[in-house]
Amino acid sequence: MVGTEYYVALSAILFAVGGVGVLTRRSAIMLFLSVELMLNAANLAMVAFARSWSASGTLTALNGQTAVFIVLAVAAAEVSVGLGILVAIFRNRVSTDVDELSEVRA
Amino acid sequence: MTDLVQWAALAPLLALAGAFVNGLFGRSLKEPAPGIVGSVAVGAGFVLSLIAFFGVAGTGEAVRVGFGDFLTAGSFTLALGFHLDQLSVLMMLIITGVGFLIHVYSIGYMHGDPGYSRYFAQLNLFVASMLVLVMADSFVLMFVGWEGVGVCSFLLIGFWYRDLANASAGRKAFIVNRVGDVGFLLAMFLTFKVFGSLDIQTVSAMAPTMLYGSAVLTGIGLLYLLAAAGKSAQLPLHVWLPDAMAGPTPVSALIHAATMVTAGVYLIARTSAVYAVAPGALATVAWVGVLTALVAAIAAVGQTDIKRILAYSTISQVGFMIAAVGAGAYWAGIFHVLTHAFFKALLFLGAGSVIHALGGEQDVRKMGGLGRRMKVTGTTALIATLAIAGVPFLSGFFSKDAIVVATFTSGVLGGVGGEVLYALLMITAGITAFYMFRWYYLVFAGEERLERAVSDKVHESPSVMTVPLVILAVGSVLVGYLGLPAFLADNRIAAWLGHATAAGEFSHPSVATEWLLLLASVLVAFIGLALGYWVYVVGKGAMARRLGNTPLAGASRGAFGVDALYKALFVDTGSGTAEAVTLLDREVVDRGLVGLSGVVPLIGGLLRRWQSGQVRAYAFAMLLGAAGLLAAVALVGVLK
Repeated sequence: MVGTEYYVALSAILFAVGGVGVLTRRSAIMLFLSVELMLNAANLAMVAFARSWSASGTLTALNGQTAVFIVLAVAAAEVSVGLGILVAIFRNRVSTDVDELSEVRA
Repeated sequence: MTDLVQWAALAPLLALAGAFVNGLFGRSLKEPAPGIVGSVAVGAGFVLSLIAFFGVAGTGEAVRVGFGDFLTAGSFTLALGFHLDQLSVLMMLIITGVGFLIHVYSIGYMHGDPGYSRYFAQLNLFVASMLVLVMADSFVLMFVGWEGVGVCSFLLIGFWYRDLANASAGRKAFIVNRVGDVGFLLAMFLTFKVFGSLDIQTVSAMAPTMLYGSAVLTGIGLLYLLAAAGKSAQLPLHVWLPDAMAGPTPVSALIHAATMVTAGVYLIARTSAVYAVAPGALATVAWVGVLTALVAAIAAVGQTDIKRILAYSTISQVGFMIAAVGAGAYWAGIFHVLTHAFFKALLFLGAGSVIHALGGEQDVRKMGGLGRRMKVTGTTALIATLAIAGVPFLSGFFSKDAIVVATFTSGVLGGVGGEVLYALLMITAGITAFYMFRWYYLVFAGEERLERAVSDKVHESPSVMTVPLVILAVGSVLVGYLGLPAFLADNRIAAWLGHATAAGEFSHPSVATEWLLLLASVLVAFIGLALGYWVYVVGKGAMARRLGNTPLAGASRGAFGVDALYKALFVDTGSGTAEAVTLLDREVVDRGLVGLSGVVPLIGGLLRRWQSGQVRAYAFAMLLGAAGLLAAVALVGVLK
């Protein structure tokens, strides 16, 4: 069995990649992708820990896995709403550059 | 008889009712109805005072009229009531008697004034307050009257308030009086602390049992002296009285000559039992009185306003009274209050008659020879002039002589220069004769210096004004015989007031010395008059002009610069402080706040930078925050 630490390390790398993506990309689409990457990094960490706990027999694995499902469901909802907003913005501005979306500023 | 005396308690209520009627319904009353209402209210008070006088004279005992308790706090009870004894009844007679005549005179003097009913309402209110002042049986009730007369004085000085100078004069009188009032209040507090009571009779009865000459009793005496100095225009609080002449002339006669300004003398006579055990305070009283008399008499010489001369004369004469009570001769002080009420009211009303005839002219340099055109006014003014100058057989001579002799023979003043005080008073008496001669000569005798337009209109005043003049003139001659020198005849007034005041100690010189002192008084009066004759009649105006250039004359004209001194000391300091505070408010407080409001957008501008509106910046901040939190948690874990 592959050690849990490898999963967690991969999860951290994915999370960092996603984070850098959020910070550096301008396109809203790419932001969404990066956010998804971060969410799934977290998911990966959770299932990894769940597997680890259940292997050691101290806790059932369901806790971590249930959380992952909730995260997946919420992420799906978020993406559908987010993409909807994005389409509306694109229709208005013919751009999805988030740096230009700063109209709330005084 | 006691039952009848009690009716006198109605006297102030009658005057108050008159004030109410005139104050509330006066506008709808036609002239002279308000004047008649006012006069009748005071006249009825005079009748009641007369009844009280005969009642007290009959039994020789004081009558107390109680109105129940005013306030009760713990073991302390303040009863409200009037104390009618020889002293207060005499004061009531002066107030209502002279007051009645002045009310009648005012009917003519105030004829056609738009404030006719307001005038009589305020004058009646004054009489009511003054009666409360002299009848009160406790210091608290006396203070009510004390403040009441102060308010009425303020109202009536500023009667023609549309002229700013008059309103300012009223304010000045009120503010200077407040200084004295603080003295009265502090004296009351101290009295209560020492005696545990504010009832005047209780305090008087307890006073002889107190430690003779103790500091606290001297303190009480000095504080009551401060109160008296404020109300009676004595040094150093005399500055308001000359300005008080801004009021209508009958007001000057009633309030600022006959009654209110003598309240200080009454106060000291009323608390004579306290002063009897505080010789230091009593000597101070005498010195204040004598110095005031001298300074004001010198100031009177240099004045050119017909009323201001009389105002300084009043300050000077009240100084005589204060000197008398300071010498322990309480009867002499009150005796001079009585005679002065007649001749000084007469002088003022005479001056009012002149001002009335000249259509408002008050400068004596533009008068002269009026005695020939206004026979009654001229003659009565001459009688009053001679009375105040101290010519023998007139009232002023007897009362003034009683005072100067009292300072000479006083047991209290023996150690503190009684002879010096006597000499100063004699000099003052000479100056009095001099300036009164000047006053009379410039107004009523000599050549006419009237302006052409005024000259044609000069007329004798109507009989409603001249009849009071004549009655006062008769009084100015006769009341002096109530107090003949003790070595010649029964001194009725001294015996009368002896029941109500503490007894002063006096040495009794030989009859020859008494005659000598009397002769000196006569001599001084005639020297003063002769000097006046020499300067103004023989020397014509030339000598007066030459004398006018001397430094003393300059000081006299400016009344020794006390007004200027007070302006520099208090008024300028006050307005300087106010300006400094304004500057502080404007430059520091206001500017500070405005500056502070400038800081807010500065901070806002700084904070706004963070709100870039760029999602990625927010995300970065979140990430940093999350990383920071993690680092902190990790650090805490490691440190554990």
